[in-house]
Amino acid sequence: MANVKEAHGLHEFYLGIDVGSVSTNLVVLTGAGEVYHKEYLRTKGRPIPAVQAGLAAIQRELPDIRIKGVGATGSGRRLAAAVAGADIVKNEITAHAAAAVCFRPDVQTVIEIGGQDSKIIILREGIVTDFAMNTVCAAGTGSFLDQQAARLGIPIADFGEIALQAKNPVRIAGRCTVFAESDMIHKQQMGHGIPDILAGLCAAMVRNYLNNVGKGKDIRPTVLFQGGVAANRGMCKAFEDELGCPVVVPPAFDVMGAVGAALLARRHVKERGQGTSFRGFGISQAQYTTGSFECSLCANHCEIVNISMDGKPIARWGSRCGRWEQAEDAADGQGGRRASPVSAL
Amino acid sequence: MKITFPHMGTAYIPFRALIAGLGHEAITAPPCTQRTLNLGTRHAPESACLPLKINIGNYLEAAEQGAEAIIMAGGVGPCRFGFYAYVQQEILRDIGCGLEMIILEPPASGWRPLLARLKYLTQGVNAAQISRALRLTWAKLVACDRLEQLSLDIRAYELYKGSTTRALQEAHRQVDRADSVAGVRRAVQEGTAKLQSVPQDRQRPVLTMGVVGEIYTILEPFVNFRLEEQLGEMGVVVRRRLWLSDWILHHLILSSFRKQREAQLFRWAKPYLQHFVGGHGLESVAHSIQLAHGGVDGIVHILPFTCMPEIVAQSILPLVSRDYQLPILTMVVDEHTGIAGVRTRLEAFVDLLASRRAEANSHSRGRKSLAPAATYSS
Repeated sequence: MANVKEAHGLHEFYLGIDVGSVSTNLVVLTGAGEVYHKEYLRTKGRPIPAVQAGLAAIQRELPDIRIKGVGATGSGRRLAAAVAGADIVKNEITAHAAAAVCFRPDVQTVIEIGGQDSKIIILREGIVTDFAMNTVCAAGTGSFLDQQAARLGIPIADFGEIALQAKNPVRIAGRCTVFAESDMIHKQQMGHGIPDILAGLCAAMVRNYLNNVGKGKDIRPTVLFQGGVAANRGMCKAFEDELGCPVVVPPAFDVMGAVGAALLARRHVKERGQGTSFRGFGISQAQYTTGSFECSLCANHCEIVNISMDGKPIARWGSRCGRWEQAEDAADGQGGRRASPVSAL
Repeated sequence: MKITFPHMGTAYIPFRALIAGLGHEAITAPPCTQRTLNLGTRHAPESACLPLKINIGNYLEAAEQGAEAIIMAGGVGPCRFGFYAYVQQEILRDIGCGLEMIILEPPASGWRPLLARLKYLTQGVNAAQISRALRLTWAKLVACDRLEQLSLDIRAYELYKGSTTRALQEAHRQVDRADSVAGVRRAVQEGTAKLQSVPQDRQRPVLTMGVVGEIYTILEPFVNFRLEEQLGEMGVVVRRRLWLSDWILHHLILSSFRKQREAQLFRWAKPYLQHFVGGHGLESVAHSIQLAHGGVDGIVHILPFTCMPEIVAQSILPLVSRDYQLPILTMVVDEHTGIAGVRTRLEAFVDLLASRRAEANSHSRGRKSLAPAATYSS
């Protein structure tokens, strides 16, 4: 570890935080853009403690690193940004694309399947040209695979390897998770082997993904497969069979969102030439409280969310008129000023 | 009579002026909220599109405030909206809500029903009063549209988040208060001045995005998650060609204007669509092409789930996107749509357009070549 540290230089590290529905990932990136350390935690419906636990773990492992910039992404990105003091807050699509391009500049398609959503990103020459996210249901996401593995008593980590042993994958109805499950049970009762059923499930999920999320998209190699589900070798093989081209799984596949957030933070901090707004690793000990109330100042009755750190409000959102956000913006001296999207990139 | 009407953006301003002008008491339902939607989805058929559900919610909330009758537009053609007033009438009857439904629609066969309903609405007022009410309504309608149009440009440059929206709301309130055409004119002048005096950074680089789609989802900020405000606050100038005044002209007023306008739409859409498909499906295609010629960076196409005319447009727009090298994002909304998903898609779409623009700028300085636009394999 020591010589690696020296090789990368100790002074420049960037932190990426990806708060998703199922997992919260933190990544420490070197100034050169390599993953130096990663933390993969279950969110368990409590995003703030998950971020705090991740920060505490990093501090334990790497007690004297200095963070130059922080990026937040994922469905809990605003919360994570408020808690940690992020320099940039970006949506998952932009973050995943940034990480993919950094790993493989020639990438043209990113398949990302996470806990509760899945997306496809189409890139040309390093620029996102098209994207889609699942709209209808969670069929074909990690949570369903988790559930089915648990039902069959198979550790999720072994799912893929078992699926690869299939001789004659069965065809499973993949339109929705409930129908897929009843079809799987039917095939089980008919006497098909577990590997064939699991391989059939992978194939059904891939079909479902390509017909819904990937519908009408121009999928070209190089194809990257990211997100927690990419750990499943059975899913990789099913994608390769269906697409007829190799599918590349990056080494940091499960934390690519966090990697992207850290990369975007690095660019943002360098361009702005300012210090980071990171609150420091000490916040893993801070007391955060969240609460909400209904604003009754007009007929809209907005639900206002209030985040406090050690009793001091640090973020507020939810109002249509911006009244409550404004109070907070004014408090940190920015007065609600904002930058243009073109210059922000 | 105490008369209410469904909400559709700022349409309540001209609508209540009309009802009051005809000697009735206008009952304006509270703005659409989650409660409105909950009331609507409880009583509406699940597969009906979102506007029907929100309308029902509006009626029930207006009934709580003492409304006795509803004015609702009907329609002819393949869009289900034309039938909604009748479906809503049945639903209200089934749940024992005693609201009377007064349906105004262009005649499919014969003028008599429409004239009879108009006569019913205007009993007790003379021709001069009717004419005055109509002129005031029209002035307010156009005023609301004009002010909103101005805000779509200014918001992208505002220095302080929310300042344009507040100026616009104030201007709309002034239009609402005006009780004469001259008063409306004054409100527009003062509102325009107020919007223009919003502190702005005109040097800031902005993106330009077109908005096309089904009119209700475009106009009602509750169902589109304040699409135009959100985009403006991300630094995007929004352009659209579909306005409430257009809809009134198209739907309720029959004139040569309508024919002329349709011919123009057909000309624009011609390579892709040669038929009227109901609702604003044709407009979505024609307007996308017009906006592409006008040099927008991208287009957002918004529709309620299961909207037939817009599904036709949705299947055509990838071809427009390919031919004009113009990214188009389709957003389908219904009562199950979550704000988080909408926000993520809009942010990602803005990033996409911004990086394309940055790339195009660096290209014009002689560096890398521009990547191809969204290409679809349909």
